[in-house]
Amino acid sequence: MNQATTATGASEVVYNEDVVRKFILAATFWGVIGFIVGTFIAFQLAFPALNLGLEWTTFGRVRPVHTSAVIFAFGGSIMFATSFYVVQRTCRAPLFGGRLLANLIFWGYQLFIVTAALGYVLGVTQGKEYAEPEWYADLLLTVVWVAYLVAFAGTLMTRRVSHIYVANWFYLAFIITVAVLHLGNNITLPVILFGGESFVKSYIWASGVQDAMTQWWYGHNAVGFFLTAGFLGLMYYFVPKQAERPVYSYRLSIIHFWALVFLYIWAGPHHLHYTSLPDWTQTLGMTFSIMLWMPSWGGMINGLMTLSGAWEKLRTDPVLRFLIASIAFYGMSTFEGPAMSIKAVNGLSHYTDWTIGHVHSGALGWVAFVSFGAMYYLIPKLWNRTRLYSLRLVTYHFWIATIGIVLYITAMWISGIMQGLMWRAYDDLGFLQYSFIESVEAMHPYYVIRACGGVLFVLGSLIMVWNFIKTIQGDLRTEDEFVAPQSAAAE
Amino acid sequence: MKHEIFEKNTILLAIGILITISIGGLVQIVPLYFIDSTIEKVDGVRPYSPLELAGRNIYVREGCYLCHSQQIRPFRDEVERYGHYSLAAESMYDHPFQWGSKRTGPDLARVGGKYSNAWHVAHLIRPQDVVPESVMPMYKFLSEKELSFNDAGAHLSALRAAGDPYTDEQIAQAASDFATQAMGDAGEGDTDELLTRYPKAVIGDFDGNPEKITEMDALVAYLQMLGTLVDFTTYKPEGDMAR
Repeated sequence: MNQATTATGASEVVYNEDVVRKFILAATFWGVIGFIVGTFIAFQLAFPALNLGLEWTTFGRVRPVHTSAVIFAFGGSIMFATSFYVVQRTCRAPLFGGRLLANLIFWGYQLFIVTAALGYVLGVTQGKEYAEPEWYADLLLTVVWVAYLVAFAGTLMTRRVSHIYVANWFYLAFIITVAVLHLGNNITLPVILFGGESFVKSYIWASGVQDAMTQWWYGHNAVGFFLTAGFLGLMYYFVPKQAERPVYSYRLSIIHFWALVFLYIWAGPHHLHYTSLPDWTQTLGMTFSIMLWMPSWGGMINGLMTLSGAWEKLRTDPVLRFLIASIAFYGMSTFEGPAMSIKAVNGLSHYTDWTIGHVHSGALGWVAFVSFGAMYYLIPKLWNRTRLYSLRLVTYHFWIATIGIVLYITAMWISGIMQGLMWRAYDDLGFLQYSFIESVEAMHPYYVIRACGGVLFVLGSLIMVWNFIKTIQGDLRTEDEFVAPQSAAAE
Repeated sequence: MKHEIFEKNTILLAIGILITISIGGLVQIVPLYFIDSTIEKVDGVRPYSPLELAGRNIYVREGCYLCHSQQIRPFRDEVERYGHYSLAAESMYDHPFQWGSKRTGPDLARVGGKYSNAWHVAHLIRPQDVVPESVMPMYKFLSEKELSFNDAGAHLSALRAAGDPYTDEQIAQAASDFATQAMGDAGEGDTDELLTRYPKAVIGDFDGNPEKITEMDALVAYLQMLGTLVDFTTYKPEGDMAR
């Protein structure tokens, strides 16, 4: 953050913080909803009676509500909020397009979320993971996304500093790539254009193996760009700010940025190992997934090492602890991911809960934690409060959520590997040792543990909500400050 | 090259990103449409009959793919458990594909013909009645929902626009074929003609209620044809898979 050299009278710029506030509140709301729905469907897998025998509450219809709520509603709102906050400040320019465009983006995006979620519950879906919204919701999102690109890139182009700050490279890559993925994966033929009765139903243009490849090109890069590149942009602003330290290495940020955006796109086929997808495509997918480990850890190193000389802050600043723990989780899941993309490993892990655990170590540990850090940073600033209501509550949130994640991912490691091994087990006579249903039965305790992990994660987020409400009201909890213990050798 | 030129020019940065992220997708997706060996040449695979298509749309609507795969990998245990490994050709008319990514329940790529219609109906109404340890939701409402598919021709036309080889005749007869397959000889249609248009189509009253066509009829009709179209007693693999 060396903007001081290029400052051009920042005091004159009036930033649009209204839209940032709205998106932060939306993120808080959708986050809690998404976590609760996720925990509910986790309990459904342990206790199927919770499907309630109603068509609207079956796992198959509610699961997309969970994934869309956490990825697009929570994660998306965080992206809008932080990118708008960061781009204005690092460009020393107000948001391009004014309040009108900002409000169009906010309300358009909320309308998209509600439209999509209502559709899922009522049985309207394209049947593609993370791309479930039907064609009319897709069109709505396209309009909103173009407006987003205009507002963001327009702000970059009207900047009053000479360089585009690194966080904005990542945000821009996220916006552009998500646009390409969204358009490429949702080419669809609504039946109403062919004289059909249904307004909502459409058929995806691609089919079979080509559709599979297109879907996982999209699906994996929803992870790569929505949940990684965008959130790395967030990291590049909020970690240095909260740590009050410059980014560790400028050169590393250039190398890992270009390497990450180039390599990630190739990784999709690792979702299709040993399927009817041609071997050459699978091999490319595996190779690039393994290479992807390097730029991923480039980002991790750049984030963690930003704390050089300021490590003691982890003892006294629970907000920074969220941010740094998130980078540690990022490092862990971006190591696990390449390992799981190796065909021999994937042969065991694919179709099992191991994948679900891997996704959640990234989604809860990295995406949610880095978001919580940014939200705790932003709330007092956006509402002009001297500080958060309570830092002690941030600590409670941190530890309760961390225990929740650990329960979740360890349960899924065990159940996933156990499933994979049971499916391929043979007895002494050369027969398959277990029927499928025996593997389902064996999962039960782990599904219960996983759901309990989810409960803890929800509990932590409710503590956060309480902290936000009190902070916005202007209350300050009287509490002891965190004091770093002095080692004996010190003075 | 100095990285500065990207850092000082939004348009150049955007174009640089666009080119960088386009390469991988183009290399992996585009050739799949042009390399002939991507989809095997096999006999028997045909587009879905109207009733099967209606059933498939219900399968998609209910998110069955979130817990059931339709893709058997070429492993000894999978082939013994589920049957011959899946061929690309077998899902060439699947819009969208339903290979899935998770097996909370078993793979369904070849579930067709493995269980009776009555078993499927009982299982869908209350899975725990036939498989006590199952964690699958109950789909009783499917047997209560009457299903009409008057605009089946429009659905087939949309799929033809996407490349499926539906004939004019199939499109014209779609709505009546839908009823014929579900009613069998009790209906007004000619089942022989249906079988000419859709070889191997499973005909009959699926849900045990001949009075009306329900969503249960359609879904079971779809499940009963899954993986049955290719005759693996005569199928000869080519290339790497040939032993």
